[in-house]
Amino acid sequence: MLRLAKYLKPYLLLILIAIALLFVQANADLALPDYLSKIVNVGIQQGGVENAIPVAVRQVEMNKLVIFMSADDKTRVLSDYTLVDKNSPSYASDVILYPDLAKEPVYVLNKIDTAEITWLNPLMGKAFLIVSGIQQVLADPAKAAAMGQGLGFDLSKLPPGVDIFAMLGQLPAAQLTQLGSMFDAKFAALGDSMIVQAAVTPVKAEYLALGMDTGKLSSNYIMRIGILMLLVTLLSGTCTIIVGFLAARTAAGLARDLRRNVFKKVESFSNTEFDKFSTASLITRSTNDITQIQMVVIMMMRMVFYAPIIGIGGVIRAIGKSANMWWIIALAVVVLLGLILTVFSVALPKFKIIQTLIDRLNLVTRENLSGMMVIRAFNMQGFEETRFDKANKDLTSNSLFINRVMVVMMPVMMLVMNGVMLAIIWVGAHQVAESTMQVGDMMAFMQYAMQILMAFLMLSMMFIILPRAAVSGDRIADVLETEPAIIDPQDPKHFNEPFKGTVEFRNVSFHYPGAEEDVLHDISFTALPGQTTALIGTTGSGKSTIVTLIPRFYDVTEGVVYVDGTDIREVTQHDLREKIGYVPQKGMLFSGTIESNLLYGDENASDEELKLAADISQATEFISTNPDGMQTEVSQGGTNVSGGQKQRLSIARALVTKAPIYIFDDSFSALDFKTDAALRKALKEHTGSSTMFIVTQRIATIKNAEQIIVLDEGKIVGKGTHEELMKDCEVYRGIALSQLSKEELA
Amino acid sequence: MNTQNNKPTTNPAPVGVRPPMGGPMGGRGPMGGGGPMAMMRRGEKPRDFKGTLNKLLQYLGRYKLLILFIWLLAIASTAASIVGPKILGKATTKLFEGVMAQIAGTGSVDFTYIGNIIVLTILLYLVSSLLSYGQGWIMSNVAMNLTYRFRKDIAEKINRMPLRYFDGTNHGEVLSRITNDVDTVSQTLNQSLTQIITSIATVIGVLVMMFTISWQMTLVALAMLPLSFGIIGVIIGKSQVFFKRQQDYLGHLNGHVEEMYGGHVVMKAFNGEAKSVEQFDQINGTLYDSAWKSQFLTGLLFPIMNFVGNLGYVAICILGGYLAINGTITIGDIQAFIQYVRSFTQPISQIANISNVLQQTMAAAERVFQFLAEPEEIPDTLTPVQLDTVQGRVDFKNVHFGYNPDKIIINDFSFYAEPGQKIAIVGPTGAGKTTMVKLLMRFYDVNSGAILVDGHDIKDFKRDDLRCMFGMVLQDTWLYNGTIMENIRYGRSNATDEEVFAAAKAARVDHFVHTLPEGYNLVLNEETTNISQGQMQLMTIARAFLSDPKILILDEATSSVDTHTEVQIQKAMDTLMKGRTSFIIAHRLSTIREADWILVMKDGDIVEQGKHAKLLAKKGFYAELYNSQFEGREI
Repeated sequence: MLRLAKYLKPYLLLILIAIALLFVQANADLALPDYLSKIVNVGIQQGGVENAIPVAVRQVEMNKLVIFMSADDKTRVLSDYTLVDKNSPSYASDVILYPDLAKEPVYVLNKIDTAEITWLNPLMGKAFLIVSGIQQVLADPAKAAAMGQGLGFDLSKLPPGVDIFAMLGQLPAAQLTQLGSMFDAKFAALGDSMIVQAAVTPVKAEYLALGMDTGKLSSNYIMRIGILMLLVTLLSGTCTIIVGFLAARTAAGLARDLRRNVFKKVESFSNTEFDKFSTASLITRSTNDITQIQMVVIMMMRMVFYAPIIGIGGVIRAIGKSANMWWIIALAVVVLLGLILTVFSVALPKFKIIQTLIDRLNLVTRENLSGMMVIRAFNMQGFEETRFDKANKDLTSNSLFINRVMVVMMPVMMLVMNGVMLAIIWVGAHQVAESTMQVGDMMAFMQYAMQILMAFLMLSMMFIILPRAAVSGDRIADVLETEPAIIDPQDPKHFNEPFKGTVEFRNVSFHYPGAEEDVLHDISFTALPGQTTALIGTTGSGKSTIVTLIPRFYDVTEGVVYVDGTDIREVTQHDLREKIGYVPQKGMLFSGTIESNLLYGDENASDEELKLAADISQATEFISTNPDGMQTEVSQGGTNVSGGQKQRLSIARALVTKAPIYIFDDSFSALDFKTDAALRKALKEHTGSSTMFIVTQRIATIKNAEQIIVLDEGKIVGKGTHEELMKDCEVYRGIALSQLSKEELA
Repeated sequence: MNTQNNKPTTNPAPVGVRPPMGGPMGGRGPMGGGGPMAMMRRGEKPRDFKGTLNKLLQYLGRYKLLILFIWLLAIASTAASIVGPKILGKATTKLFEGVMAQIAGTGSVDFTYIGNIIVLTILLYLVSSLLSYGQGWIMSNVAMNLTYRFRKDIAEKINRMPLRYFDGTNHGEVLSRITNDVDTVSQTLNQSLTQIITSIATVIGVLVMMFTISWQMTLVALAMLPLSFGIIGVIIGKSQVFFKRQQDYLGHLNGHVEEMYGGHVVMKAFNGEAKSVEQFDQINGTLYDSAWKSQFLTGLLFPIMNFVGNLGYVAICILGGYLAINGTITIGDIQAFIQYVRSFTQPISQIANISNVLQQTMAAAERVFQFLAEPEEIPDTLTPVQLDTVQGRVDFKNVHFGYNPDKIIINDFSFYAEPGQKIAIVGPTGAGKTTMVKLLMRFYDVNSGAILVDGHDIKDFKRDDLRCMFGMVLQDTWLYNGTIMENIRYGRSNATDEEVFAAAKAARVDHFVHTLPEGYNLVLNEETTNISQGQMQLMTIARAFLSDPKILILDEATSSVDTHTEVQIQKAMDTLMKGRTSFIIAHRLSTIREADWILVMKDGDIVEQGKHAKLLAKKGFYAELYNSQFEGREI
C-alpha cells in the first residue's frame, strides 16, 4: 500500500481538508449527547431552569437571600441585579415578563459573564436552599425546635406574625457567620451540582410568585437546545457531505491515475513482462485491484480516519461525564475483541478452503460441460454426478460451518451492547443517587459508550479489509515498478533508404528470461527480399521463437539480429515494427468491425487496398456472405468469427500494412489445404518483393520456399530447398514422410 | 463467481441498542453494506414474478415447517428485544423519581426495584439473542440445503439435456447458473425470508410500544417518515443513474483492458500503443466522472437522513418534555421512546427494500428454473433392442438433418458400412465433419430417415447400449482432473488394473507414463498442462481401447502435435482400428486413400461419396480438394 503513496500526492490537500473536517464532524457528533443530557437534566428535570440564578427576584425575597451572605458577597450579588420599579426606564418591557412587578419592585438580572455565573450559581443555590429550608422548618415545629438550638433561641416559640427573616437580618454578624457555617457543613455533603439541582425548585417557586409562565420556560429551553442540536447536526452533516465529496474525488481520481499509469506501463511491456505476470493477472491488476483500492480509499477517508477521532473524543467526553465508569467500556471492547478474534480465527481458515472448493465445483462443472460428448459416449453420467455431488457436498458443509459461526456475531454483539447499556444504568444509578452525576449525564454516557464501541467495530472491520487491499496495492505497485526489458535506445538510428528488407541472424542464441537453458543456439541465416524463408521443426524446436525476435518481442541473449544491415536494438521499436507485417499464431482480432480490424494495419488504407488484402487472404468470400460485408461487427475477442476466418483476417490486416517484411507465425494452421494453397499463390503474386517468413508444421505449405530452415531443439539442422533437404536432412525427411506418402513426395 | 454464502445473516438489529446518532442506516457505517447500497444493486427484474414465486415456493415446500419455526423464533426474538427499552425506561423513571425525592429530602432511590428491572432486561436480551442465533442457525441450514439441492438438480439436469441446447449457450452461462444465480437465490432468500418477518415484527412492535407511551409523540415520529422516504427516493434515483453509468464505463474499460492485453503482441506489432492509450484515457476520464459522482451521491444519503432523523428527535424531545412536565409521561418513557424512534426507520427501509431483494431473488430463481425446465432428451424407447454380439454394420437410410429444423444441411443421405470397414470423412474446415459423429452416437436425432446399427434403428436402442458400441477419439481431447489411471479407466469403469495397463500399452501410453514423476498416479492438472497434447491424444486412444467398441470414431491429429508423437498416435490408431468399423475424420492423404469409402462434406452436407480413384476421376469437389494439396508443386 505504501508503495502507492506517491500517487496520493495530488490529493494530499483534499485529504488534509477531509481530516480537518472529520475533526469538526467528530466534535459535532460528540456534542449531541451533551445536548440530550441538557434536555433531560435542565429541560425536563429542572423544568427549564438552567441554574440557581433567577433572572428576576422580588425585592423582599432578595433581602431574605442575602441575609446569610458575607458583606462582600452581598454587594457583589446585588451589583449583578438591577432593582426595577414603576419608575424605572425598563419597567414597560419588564412588567410583561414579570407581571408581579406591577405590585412590587423586582431585582432583574444583568447580563453577566460565565465566570460570574460560575461564582454566583452555588452561592445563590445555597441562599435559596437556606431560605426555603427555613421556611420548611417553620412549618414543622419539631424541626424548628431542633434548629433553634443552634441559633440559641427556640424558633417554635417565635411569636406569630414576626418575620423570622427580618429578625435574622438583625442578628449580629458573628452569629450569622456561625449559622452560615452550620449550613455550609450540611451543603458540603451535597456537592455543588446537587445544590443547584435542589435550588431549582425554590427558583421555580419564585418565578411563580413573579407571575411568570413556568411551563413555557421548560419548552422554550428544550426548543432552544433543540435548535442548537439541529444546527450541530447540520454542521456535522455538512462536514460529512464535504468529506464524502472529497473522498469520492480523491478515490476516483487516484483510481483514474493508477489505472492510467498501470495501463500505460503495461502497454510498454514486452513479452518478457507479460510472461512474468501472465495476461490474466495483468488484467486483474489493472481493473479489480484498482477498484479495490478505490473502495478502500473512500472507506479510509470516511471511516478509518474518523473512527480514532470519535473514539478518543468519545473516551474523553465519557470520562468527563463520569470518571469511574470507563471500565464498562473497556470490558465491552475486550469482549467484542475476543468475539471477533474467535469468530475469525475459526472462520478465516475455512474461507480459504471454501475458495478452493468453489474452484473445484466450477472445475467439475466446466469439465462436465466441455466433455459432454465424451461423458455420454462412455455412459459416465452417473460417475460425473457422483463427482459433482462430492464437490457440492464438501462446499455445502464448509459453507454451512462458516455460516453457523458467522451468525453468532450479530446476536452476541447485540447482547454485549445491550449489556453495556444495562451496566451503565446500574452503575450510573448509584452515582446519580450519590449525586456525582445527573440522569441526563448517564444517558449521554450511554451514547458515548455506543460511539466508542462503534468506532472500535469500524476499526476492526478495517483490519479485515485492509490486508486484502494491501495485497491489491502490492500487486499494482509490482506492475508500476517493473521496467520493461525492451526499451528504445537513447539516440536511435534510422534505417537506410531505400529500405530493402534483408533480415540476418548472426550467431543468435536466446533463452527466455528466467530460464536457464537456451531455446535457440547459435542461429545464423539471412533472409532476402523477394524470397520466402520457411521455418519448420517439431513442437518446441524454437521455430516460432526465431520470428518473435525479429519484431523485437524479445531481445536476443547473444548475437545480433540485423534488418537491412542495422542492429534492431539501435532503432526505435516503432520504426522497426513499421517495417514488419506480422501475423500471430492465433488469429487475434479486436472488437469493432471487419473494416476497423483491417484498418489496424494502416489507418489510412483506401477501400481498394482493404479489398485487395481481403482478396489475397481469401477472406473476401466469407466477408461478402455477411449482409454487412466489411461493416460486420466483430465481438470482443472475435468470438463470433471462426478460427479460420480469424486467421484470414489477421493475414489481411498484416497485408494492409504493405510492409517490406512479412512474418506468418504458423498462420495457416486453421485453414484447409485448399484455402491454404490459394492463399499462398495469391501471396506470391502480390507480395513478390517482400521478405517473407513462414513458420509451419505442414510440409505442403512450404515446399516451394526459396529457403527452408529446419530446426531441432533450438539448433539449425538443415538449410536449403525442399529437394536439397529431402536428400541431406534426416529430420526434414522424417517430418515429410509422416505427412505425405512417398509417391506424393516423389 | 466467488460470492459464496460468506456473509452472515443480517438481521435487523434488535432495538435495544442504537449507535450514537444512527439514522436510518442503523448500525452500519456510512459505507454500510445493506441499506441503500443494496438498493443500488443491479435492478434486475424477473419476467414472470408470480410464476417464479410459485415454483420457488414449491421448491421451498419441504422446509415449510422449518421456515415457520424460523419465523416464530424471529418474532419472539424481536418481541423480546422490543420490550427491553420500555421496561428499562421504568428503571430510569424510578431513578429519576428517587433522585427528585432525595433532593426534596423525602426519600431515596429504590435500588432493589432498579436491580430487578435490570436483571429482567438482561434476561430478555439474553433470550432475544439466543432466539436470534437459533433462527440464524436454522436459516443457514435451510439456505445451504437449498443451495445444495439447486446445484445438484442443475448438474443432473445437464446430463439429461440434449447437446443441441449447448450449441446455443456458452459454458459460462451455465456455470453462472450453478454458481452466481444459485448463490443469489440462497443469499437473498436468506435475507428476505428473515428480514421480512423481523422487519414487520419490529415495525409493529415498535409502533405498539410507541403508542402505549404517547400517541401524540408517535404521530410526530410518523410524520417524519414521508420526509425520509421522499429524500431516499430522490437520492437513490439520482445516484442510480450515475451508478449505472459507472458500471457501464467500468465494463467498457475492462473490456478494453482485456482486449488490449489479450492482443498485446498484435498491438505491439502494429505500433498501436498510442492509439490504445488514447482510447483508454477517454474511457477512463468518463469513468472517473461518473465514479465520483456516484460515490458522492450515495454518500449523501447518510448525513441527510441523519439530519432528518435528528429533526424528528428534537421534535420528540420538545413534545416529550412538554408532556413530562404535564405529568402525562415519565422521563423513562422519553428515553424509551427515543430508542424506539431510532430503531423505527431501519426496518421500514428494509421492508421497502425487500421488494428489490425479492426481485433479485426472483430474477435469479427464474434463470435457474428456466434452465431446469429446458426440454430434455427424448426418453429411451421402452422396448429396447439388445444385441448379444455386435457386428458393426452401419446404415444411413435417407437421412435428413439440420441443427436448425428450418435449415436442413444433410439432404437425403444414404450409405452403408460393412463391419470392419474404414470410412474417411473429408472436407474443408467448417464443412461439418463432426456432425456425422453426433448423429451416429445419437447426440442429435435425424430429422427424417434413419441410422441403423446391425440393422436396427439407433432409436430402438437404449442410449447407453448404443453408445457402448461406439468408441470415440476426438482431436478435442477431453480428460478430467484425475489421475492418468482414472482417466484411462473412464473407458470402462469396471476394468481391472491389468486391463488398464494393457490398453495403455496398446495405445503407446505406457512408455511415456513411466517417464512421468508419479506414473499412472499423476494427477492431470486443471489446464492439463502437465502432459503434452500428443500424450493426451494417446490417452484418449487408450480410453477407447479399454472400452473395446465395435465401431470407432476417430479424428486425426493435425498441427498441434510434434512429429514423433504424431507417428505414435498414427500407429496407435491403426492398432485400434483393426477389426472395427471406423469412421475417420481424415486429414492425412494416406488415410484417405486407404479408406474403404470416402464421404466428402461441404457446408454440412455430404456432397460426394465413393472410393478414392473413382472420386478423383469424377473431377468434382473431391478432386478439387485433393489437388489443392499439390497445387504448390506447380507454382
